[in-house]
Amino acid sequence: MRFESPATVEEATHLLANADGTTRVLAGGTDVLVQLRLGLVKPDLVVDIKNIEGMRSIVAEDGGYRIGAAVSGAEMGEHEGLVALWPGVVEAMELVGSTQVQGRATLAGNLCNASPAADSVPAMIAANAIATIEGPLGLRLLPVEEVPAGPGKTTLSKGEIITSIFLPARPKRSGDAYLRFIPRTEMDIAVASAGVSLSLDADGTIETARVAIGAVAPTALLVEEAGTALIGAGLDDKAVATMVAAVRAACNPISDKRGTAEFRTKTAGVMAKRAAEIAFARAGGTK
Amino acid sequence: MSKIHVTTTINGDTVEYLCSPTETLLDVLRDRLDLTGAKEGCSTGDCGACSVTLDGRLVSSCLVLAAEAEGHEIATIEGMAEGENLHILQTKILEHAALQCGVCTPGILVAAKALLEKNPDPSEEEVRFWLAGNLCRCTGYDKIIRAVLDAAAEMRGA
Repeated sequence: MRFESPATVEEATHLLANADGTTRVLAGGTDVLVQLRLGLVKPDLVVDIKNIEGMRSIVAEDGGYRIGAAVSGAEMGEHEGLVALWPGVVEAMELVGSTQVQGRATLAGNLCNASPAADSVPAMIAANAIATIEGPLGLRLLPVEEVPAGPGKTTLSKGEIITSIFLPARPKRSGDAYLRFIPRTEMDIAVASAGVSLSLDADGTIETARVAIGAVAPTALLVEEAGTALIGAGLDDKAVATMVAAVRAACNPISDKRGTAEFRTKTAGVMAKRAAEIAFARAGGTK
Repeated sequence: MSKIHVTTTINGDTVEYLCSPTETLLDVLRDRLDLTGAKEGCSTGDCGACSVTLDGRLVSSCLVLAAEAEGHEIATIEGMAEGENLHILQTKILEHAALQCGVCTPGILVAAKALLEKNPDPSEEEVRFWLAGNLCRCTGYDKIIRAVLDAAAEMRGA
């Protein structure tokens, strides 16, 4: 295995694009190092991106925030502006692992590890987050929901890396939230999860809403019908019931030791309902 | 396999070592630098026994490649006491009998110190959440939590 720690994105993508065999991008390393130690992957090249300028910073941009690919969960949680604008995304990221893992784990890494149960991903999808991808052919922008292709697989091509995640500006009366079900209280993998982001008009009616679910399909899913179901009402029971039905209809989970497909489907609806209630309250809505 | 030359700071001292690309910081601390306070429990970032700080940030040294330490500052349990004088946290762990086999103890101490530097007055719940990634199979945790809260109070001068 070769270890490289380039100073520029160009150098990093060049190294990855021209490498033979298996490559891994190293940001926080909380997944990559586990894969190495367990022998799940034997990379020929590991490229550490943390010494590239911008990778470790959170920058205000157009009313939103650009989060470098190597920014840790702990750093996100300490950023007051980011916590105020996108509390659901930050709390989702903070659910990943222990304090020690939070010191290193990143949003971009959670996305690229492509676990169906990745906590930050439904929250980012609900938030309309955009990944900036740089590669040998230049730069492209991709909605985060289009990055995972299946368990452990992404749509990135050889030599491409995510350099940042952009969380956009949002209207004043907005809120987001993420919830997951786990059988213990800390440090576990989601059995079913949901992220909700919504905005209200001046009367407290939901104007826009996005609902995303995790751990109930090969990738986290944006459930457009679920978001649509919430629009035009003030989170009344009928709208919520339609939203929950849309979430459950979108579920396509496996059964395993963490939960049966039936349990996951039911729970995803419950998580979406509760996350919607928190997001609605954060937006200043009253029922 | 060619070795990587790394210059880093450990407990305030400049340290140089040669490592292979696949070695973790924990491997180098224990096997090359003879700093065996950090323990290898799970080697997958779940148990916290290998906790160190990297630029002041609590991390699992089993999840850091040794080559990544270049130019950074690492603090380990070996840097916690000043000579024969134990840190208050260490004293309190002893006073409260908050250890049995001791394998988790260095990690608990490093993690607790990082917590109290960030938050000198944590609630019991905050201590329990912060230390959730430090597994102990002996104590049942309660004595550890009491020791950390007691140390925090003493460090605040309460």
